[in-house]
Amino acid sequence: MYIPVNEIHKHFKTETPNMSNITHKQDQWSPYHDNSGTVLAIGIPGAVIVAGDTRLSNGYNILTRDATKLSQLTDKCILATAGQYADFIALRKFLQQRLQLYEFQNEVQASTQTVAHLLSRELYSRRFFPYYTFNLLAGLDENNHGVVYGYDAIGSYDQMTYGVQGSGQELVVAVLDNQLKGYNKINKTIPQTQQEILDIILDCFSCAAERDIHTGDNVEILIITPTGTQRIIKPLRKD
Amino acid sequence: MIDFDPSSFGLAHTYQKEDKDEINTLALPSAPQVIYKTLNGPTQINGGNKLNNFKHGTTTLGFVFKEGILLAVDSRASMGSFLSSEQVRKVIEINEYLLGTMAGGAADCQYWLAYLANHCRTYELKNGSKLSVAAASKFLQGILIGYRNSGLSMGCMIAGTDTTGQHLYYIDNDGMRLKGDIFSVGSGSTYAYGVLDNHYRYEMSLNEAVELGIRAIYHATHRDTASGGVVRVYHIHQNGWTKVHDGIDVVDLHYQFAQQKGLVGDGDEAKQRLF
Repeated sequence: MYIPVNEIHKHFKTETPNMSNITHKQDQWSPYHDNSGTVLAIGIPGAVIVAGDTRLSNGYNILTRDATKLSQLTDKCILATAGQYADFIALRKFLQQRLQLYEFQNEVQASTQTVAHLLSRELYSRRFFPYYTFNLLAGLDENNHGVVYGYDAIGSYDQMTYGVQGSGQELVVAVLDNQLKGYNKINKTIPQTQQEILDIILDCFSCAAERDIHTGDNVEILIITPTGTQRIIKPLRKD
Repeated sequence: MIDFDPSSFGLAHTYQKEDKDEINTLALPSAPQVIYKTLNGPTQINGGNKLNNFKHGTTTLGFVFKEGILLAVDSRASMGSFLSSEQVRKVIEINEYLLGTMAGGAADCQYWLAYLANHCRTYELKNGSKLSVAAASKFLQGILIGYRNSGLSMGCMIAGTDTTGQHLYYIDNDGMRLKGDIFSVGSGSTYAYGVLDNHYRYEMSLNEAVELGIRAIYHATHRDTASGGVVRVYHIHQNGWTKVHDGIDVVDLHYQFAQQKGLVGDGDEAKQRLF
């Protein structure tokens, strides 16, 4: 069909772009990155076992296969964090310095309960620009019983016998509910020895590595007992 | 030279947008998108999406009766649709004569009720007498009004005993403070109110009141997805407070009440719990 030049405007809609008809697509910068991974902690009488995978990711990229998510704050307690690694480092630095000051002033290391409360207050101090960290604080209490405190990003905390945080949380916690509490188990046998619990932990991380892309590479396990700390590293799927 | 309109002196100067103007705005960082634990509500991301905003998802209740005040709470906490804990302690022991219940944001409640506890203790040391329940609740209200519109989420009840008797107050993150005889807070509150309003009498005995509190929480947990776990019951009397029940599993209550009604199912479920 022939369109005369001076009638083109009737057939083709042209609009000059202006403030009202431009839709801006801005890539908003976000201060938060999820470096993912999974951590768990289990407390038993006489010991506490903390485990975390060592993969650091950012979206679909693996940044390193070798990053620890665990940090020993005092002889008796360990901080395990999933979430943003930068915030983990900042939080760890704050806690280490503050606990060092505590030790200088009081001539004794802070108890696990004290550290738990300190962590909660530090997280809440950033209520309106939170630390993107999902923490577990695991340690021995006054009676050398293993205790675990689970936190959300802004500092709400509760004592529990075991806890999981991170990208593999939903996968792993259901297994632990079944194995450690006996929920929905026909033959209710609860593990008693440290070795049985270590086996369960390794199984949990293997499961998480199978089904969660952000979990894998290695699992680092720290066992705190009144006599000291023991470290075990086991390999996981690297894909 | 910028021309100030005298009528806008001192106020923020705003541009009049014209079609020809091209204003380059720096992309500001977006508000933090952090997921934190709520007491039985969907994901709270900076105040929450209004559509999904389960305000104070949980079930807590308290009522005044002739023997004092009874508080009963459930124990479920969720992060989005994931149950982060079934064993949360939603009654906070502020001191030996004051209790606070939590609903809404777990961290907000924990922090500010601990702050209130600190304030009560300081007052006691400075003034030689205990802070009244009215004053304690008013103090908390003052704090929450200061943080209005900032995204805090709290729906708590302050219950306690002082020289004038036992009192129950409801405090809200909007700055509301109400004194009353019956309160229930949370997504399961409507179910709890139904049971409470049906059987409440001021002249109840302690046992009847405990029964009522447990039953109301059970019915709320039965019908509300965001409530569950265990029931915890506290009693406030003139000498302080007592923990009546530390944690009764609502699943046990279900089979107990079913049996009372004469329902046995096919027999196997009630007799042989797999969990």
